[in-house]
This record gives sequence, C-alpha cells and structure tokens, in this order.
Amino acid sequence: MPLEAVASQYETGTDQEFLYTLNFGPQHPATHTTLRLVLTLDGETIVKAVPDIGYLHSGFEKLGEDLDFNQYVTIVDRMNYVSPVANEIAWHHTIEKLMGLEITPRCKYIRTILAELARISDHLLCVGAVALDLGGLTAFLYAFNEREKVYDIIENASGQRFHPSYTRVGGLINDVNDDFVTQVRAFVKSFPKAHSDVCRLLNKNKIFIDRTQGVGVLTREEAINRSCTGPVGRASGIARDLRKDEPYLAYPELQGAFKIVCSNGGDCLARYLVRMGEMVESVNIIAAAIENLPSGPVNIGTDSNVVIPDKSATYRSIEGLIQHFELFMWNRRFETPVNEVYGANETANGELGFYVVSDGSAKAWRARTRPPSFIHFATFPHLVEGHQISDVAAILGSLNIIAAELDR
Amino acid sequence: MNHQEAIDAKFGAESAMPTEFRDNKRLTVPLEKIYGVLAFLQVQRGFDMLCDLAGIDYLGYADATDRYGIVYSLTNTNSGERLFVKTFANDPDPEVPSVVDLWEAANWMERELYDLFGVKFAGHPDLRRILLPDEFTSHPLRKDYPMRGYGERHNFPTVTRAES
Repeated sequence: MPLEAVASQYETGTDQEFLYTLNFGPQHPATHTTLRLVLTLDGETIVKAVPDIGYLHSGFEKLGEDLDFNQYVTIVDRMNYVSPVANEIAWHHTIEKLMGLEITPRCKYIRTILAELARISDHLLCVGAVALDLGGLTAFLYAFNEREKVYDIIENASGQRFHPSYTRVGGLINDVNDDFVTQVRAFVKSFPKAHSDVCRLLNKNKIFIDRTQGVGVLTREEAINRSCTGPVGRASGIARDLRKDEPYLAYPELQGAFKIVCSNGGDCLARYLVRMGEMVESVNIIAAAIENLPSGPVNIGTDSNVVIPDKSATYRSIEGLIQHFELFMWNRRFETPVNEVYGANETANGELGFYVVSDGSAKAWRARTRPPSFIHFATFPHLVEGHQISDVAAILGSLNIIAAELDR
Repeated sequence: MNHQEAIDAKFGAESAMPTEFRDNKRLTVPLEKIYGVLAFLQVQRGFDMLCDLAGIDYLGYADATDRYGIVYSLTNTNSGERLFVKTFANDPDPEVPSVVDLWEAANWMERELYDLFGVKFAGHPDLRRILLPDEFTSHPLRKDYPMRGYGERHNFPTVTRAES
C-alpha cells in the first residue's frame, strides 16, 4: 500500500500540515507478528490509524480446497498457532457436523480437555504479552512457565509440541496414555498458584491499571455491530459463549463446572480481567473432565468407513488394509453429503467457525474460515483513535491479534 | 410468524426460499431484495450481529445455476438464534449491495471477499484489496484460478534501497 493512497483518503481540505505519518510495523516488537499500521499523528495523539495487513497471506483457504479433510488439519494448525489444537477441534467439529458423525464419549472428553488447555495457553500468552509490552516482564515469565507445561501435555498426547495435528475425522490420531492423565492432574494442581502470581503482579498494579483502564473502550452496541466474540465481546458485556449457548463436545455434561466471565468495562483492563477469569473457569472444566474421562474407544467404529485404522489393523488384517486403502487412494476416499454447513467453536480468541461446502468428495469445495483475529482487528482503527502512540501496544495486545489467522 | 413468512409478507411471495441442513437454517434471497431483507432481519427480527460473510465460487459445482454465492451468517445475540441468508451474483460484473451501513463488521469482510473473489460491493466506503497487494490482478479463490497461481509472485517489481 503506497503511503500517498492513505493520506489522500482522509484529507478533509483544511490545513492539516501539522499532522504527520508514522509507519508502525510490519517489523515492530509491539505488533508481535507481521502487520503494519499507518498512523496519522497530531503530536503523540493518533488522529487516524489505517491497518495494512496481508503480509502473512499464504492462501490457506485455497489449500483447503486441494487437501482432504484429514490433510487440511495441518494447515488449520497454523492459523492461530498459539492454540493450534483448538483450531483442529473446530475444523473437525465442522466436518463431523457435515458428515453427521457422532464421536465417542472418550474422544469428546479428550478434545474438551485439550481445547481448554489451548484456551489457557492462548490467554496466558495474551496476558503475558500485554504485560510485557507495558513493561512488566515478570508476569510474562510466569505465564510462559505455565505454557511450557501445556506444551508438554500436548507433546505427550500427540508427539508434537507446537503443531500437533492431533484430530482426525471421527476421532484422534491416537489415544492418550496414563501419563497424560497424571500430567493434566499436576497442571490443574499447579496452575492456580501461577495464576495468582500473575494476578498479584498486575491486578492492583498502578502502572498497569493506568495504562489499560479506559483505554480502547468498546461499548456493547459497538461490539455487537462489529461482530466481536470471545473475550473481546464478553469484556464489552455480550454474555455469549458457544460453550453455553450451543454446547458441543463434552460441554453439555460439564455445564455445572463453569460460568461465563463477563464485564461491562469494554476497555483493555476489562479484556485482561475477563481472560484471567476465563482461565480459572477453564481449569475447573479440565478438573471436572479429567476425573470423568470415560473409557472405551477413542475413534468411532471402522464400520463407519471414515476413520483411519490403526497401524496394527492395517498390517495384520485384511479389513484394516482395505479401509486404509480406501481412505488413502486418490480415487476412493470417503463420501460426504452434497451440502454446506457452518460449524463454530468457542476458541480462546472468539468464535472460530468454518463454512464448509462439500461436493460429495473428501475435499472441501470451499473451506471458509471465520477468523476472530481478522474481525477483531477491524475494530482496531476505531479503538485507537484519540489515544497516544504508547496505547497502541496495550490495545493491540488486548485484542490478541495473531497475524497468521488474520491473513491466512 | 417465522422469518421466512415475515419476509414473504413484506417483500412479496417467494422472497425467501428456506432450506435446512443439520442445525443450519438457510434462506435464499434474490439479489435485488437482499439489502432490504437483511435490513429487515436486523431491525425487525433481532439479528443484530453479522457473524460471518462467506463467499463461494460455484463454477463447475453440480447443479449450480449461479456462479458466486454470498452467505451472510446472522446471529441474534439475545436468543442465540442463527440464520444463514444466501444470495447469488453472476459474471461478468458480480455486484452485491454493501451492508456496511447496517453492520460495521461487514467493512473488512466485504473487502476480503472482493479481494479473493472479485465480487464488488456497491456502496462500500473503502473497497480496496485487503489481503493481497494492490498490484495483484486476479482473484485467487475463484475456481478458475490455478493452485500454482499465474506467477504473480515472481513478477513483482523489486524495490531497491535507493528507490524506496
């Protein structure tokens, strides 16, 4: 985007020579990821902010039309890479909705636990990064300590720390072992201490509150009009959470374990407090889910003709070999209804939805993502106007913009 | 009176064609009535949030009569009800009325759809490309755009330090 294009667009005809333009990003420590802001400044006050995005656009949705439902999971992983498991769960939730599959109770619980761990991981990064940008390094370190434990759990379950690609149509790539349960229990036990450490550092910290309170205020009406969901919407008073409103996975059975955390503030402080509150609820969900983890198979039966048989079945039985062949040959694959469906999950950033159009084959005709980062970032110019340059870091951090999801 | 009957009562018979799949309730609305129907749904029927805007290219899709599908995913934040309103646009000049004045959220969603599909939104305040660079000439999510592209990336002008 040439700079002249931005300036001419907002010229009002009056003498505005005292305004000047500042390029913020694409490589700037406070953007965390690759995005650019063209700020028009009056002294230190932001008169106009024009975001320029697309630096990380890599055609994910086009790839979604070329890869099959199981292969594309490796790509959705890389959308919100702070909580990749949640993206996978949302993607396969939509595919299973399209195909009308009901996954096993054990799979539901494992996915629920992982989705909540991903939420905690995402919120910890967001909270820690906001604190870091505002000068509080210690909270960031406490937060990242706990994120490390989440990665350990995910590594144990899937064999991969960062991009696990753990879910498959109709289940998971493999079941979890007993260590997983031990690790999750240990996490549930150790997390409240780390959480209270962060709370004690920030909740009554005068500098932190001065930098966040009343900054970037989004009223309820604006939040609805601008489609804000997740913590951003709830911090503005939208009492909406898909885990309560449209319960999926194991959430119908865990309704008693958690509450929706809301606030009326609508500012950066409210978004921070909502995220801190949600982490407590997430730990409660995990604690309830891990103690009620059902036994039984983790994948739906192989007679459904959609799940990949495990390796021993592939190598040692003719049925397993046939099914493996059917799923991996280009001219076979599974059949899907010729229709389209929207499925959404409540991920850490907000409502992550997929609008999948199927033409009956194992590949999506169209795999539209509803990216919460993209929709939240659209509110940014509105939020930042009239604030100081230093508030950009606070507002950007509180929206938790993940550029890979922003640009896809 | 359900939404479809209410729309038909206001905009004339067969203004909204209902379909349903799983828990998704869809209404297909002709292009010339789409803006009125969306405004009606927002103001009268409580769909205050435009949750998502999806574009689909139906070129070569079985039994498809129109080329571009645009799906407005509406949500009622009070009741949690969802409704999917679908309309179609066609070549050579696909154009849909913009709903930015109804929902501010549509601003970037419509820009993205324009960028990737080339569907124009009449009345949009700032219809520029958003994800792809301005120099880009095609719309990559169209079905006739090849997976490997047309070599745009290799033909980008190189900006040297002296010129910048």
